[in-house]
Amino acid sequence: MTAEGIAARFRLGWGRFTLDVDLALPGRGVTVLFGRSGSGKTTLLRCIAGLERAPGGRLVVDGEVWQDENRWLPTHERPVGYVFQEASLFAHLSVMGNLQYGLRRANASRAISLEHAIELLGIGHLLDRKPDRLSGGERQRVGIARALAVSPRLLLMDEPLSSLDAARKSEILRYIERLREELKIPIIYVSHAIDEVTRLADKLVLISDGRVTGMGSVQELTSRLDLRSQIGRFEGGAIIDARVVSQDLATGIAKLAFDGGELMTTDVDALAGERVRVRIRARDVSIALDCPKNISVLNCLPGVVAEIGQDGGSSADVRMKVGNTSIIARITRHSIRNLRLEPGVEVFALVKAVSLDRHSVGFS
Amino acid sequence: MQALWLTIRLAGIVTLILLLVGTPIAWGLARAKSWWKVPVGALVALPLVLPPSVLGFYLLLAMGPHGPVGRLTESLGIAALPFTFWGLVVASVFYSLPFMVQPLQTAFESIGERPLEVAATLRASPMDAFFTVAVPLALPGFITASVLTFAHTVGEFGVVLMIGGNVPGVTRVASVQVYDHVEALEFMQAHRLSLVMLLFSFVVLLALYAWRPAARRVG
Repeated sequence: MTAEGIAARFRLGWGRFTLDVDLALPGRGVTVLFGRSGSGKTTLLRCIAGLERAPGGRLVVDGEVWQDENRWLPTHERPVGYVFQEASLFAHLSVMGNLQYGLRRANASRAISLEHAIELLGIGHLLDRKPDRLSGGERQRVGIARALAVSPRLLLMDEPLSSLDAARKSEILRYIERLREELKIPIIYVSHAIDEVTRLADKLVLISDGRVTGMGSVQELTSRLDLRSQIGRFEGGAIIDARVVSQDLATGIAKLAFDGGELMTTDVDALAGERVRVRIRARDVSIALDCPKNISVLNCLPGVVAEIGQDGGSSADVRMKVGNTSIIARITRHSIRNLRLEPGVEVFALVKAVSLDRHSVGFS
Repeated sequence: MQALWLTIRLAGIVTLILLLVGTPIAWGLARAKSWWKVPVGALVALPLVLPPSVLGFYLLLAMGPHGPVGRLTESLGIAALPFTFWGLVVASVFYSLPFMVQPLQTAFESIGERPLEVAATLRASPMDAFFTVAVPLALPGFITASVLTFAHTVGEFGVVLMIGGNVPGVTRVASVQVYDHVEALEFMQAHRLSLVMLLFSFVVLLALYAWRPAARRVG
């Protein structure tokens, strides 16, 4: 057993739902628990926090036993910070009162000062307000700051963005990105939104029907064809790490470098030299046997067919290796037959568009 | 005047006792998922439907020299409770119990599980969370329950008659005094006391209803 990291084993059944997991999670970076609603990812998070009792379970965090046959630490003795889906601020206290509630009770060393938490989440101007005088985004920021103010050794976040609109979402995402940059505590983040995974995840754990169906780096899991149905067929595709090489302000086109080649794209909200994460949706990728001239598609990447997915009816997923990077294309079976595609065939991946998410720091 | 003062003293003491006794019962009923929640809830509501004379009769038996409570008080060297002020207090606690427990239970239930879970993740023990989160959030419920309990104790008659009889300055509360006045054909005195009671009841309810909309925001 390694001293750093989280070892969790829980078995829990309510009626037809059962949770049955045995996991080793890293002791740093952002681990996203990803799955559909009802898959058990929130239950798993609640077990880690001690909000749910899973008899016979075992939980060891950084070598310290939080739960086993003889021991069960109640929630208030676990050094966690928990951000709930709705901010769940105390209605009878001001913002400052909410922040101080945990602060006054935490006797741990102050790894994160209250001032730092307030500054990180940008809520300095809200301290005197009552929760019912805050917007949804402000409330969630206070909720996050309140969880940080107890100086947790582990931050648990349960879909903190799900009750917010798109604009608020991206605002809060920026704050959460700052957390992972500036705080050296591991974060376990529950989500069912692929764009949150792209932006935040260092490690991805796929959960389906109360079981872990895949675990690994984001790049690894999003390039696996057998997991495509769980990650989202329509929006899904390979996620790769890249670096901004140059930005042409006149044309609005940016050049990105990744392990395997270069990608041209537009509307990059990042400066040259910055690291970004790119999601290439499988439906935006075509396959050609040679690189066509006179075509509007900007990217023509040479690669080799690695794998052809079996399910999916008239369409199929094709995984190609472009250098060391996997790219997935969703094309018709008809085309696969016409082009005689099979593993080992040299092809060109035509990438029409990429969806790009900032991801400035990586732990890889 | 003596009867009025006695009534207020009785109602005040009963309200204080019920705040102490009723709060844990209401908390248990609001949070329990166990099977006993239903029978206990029914038991607490019993005084709402039972004729006060029936309740008074059983309490009289229990507190009398041959009842279990009576034997206990006797072995402790305390005089028997019936026909004393403290006998009235004990009886009124039972009689007014649902008026304390039910509003509190509703208030606790409407808070929900979440604020207490939040408190736990912020290092508050269950007891700490109860006093610093549940009680302040349920404050409107506490006020409603206390007012209703006080007012209801002021208005009791049947139980008082069974347990307390009619001892001036000891158990003769306002409602019994009115009855006495009428029996003695002293309609003027009955009028005066009744009017005071009427105004009191109306003012209490008026205050409660006027204040309620503000309370609705909480929770």
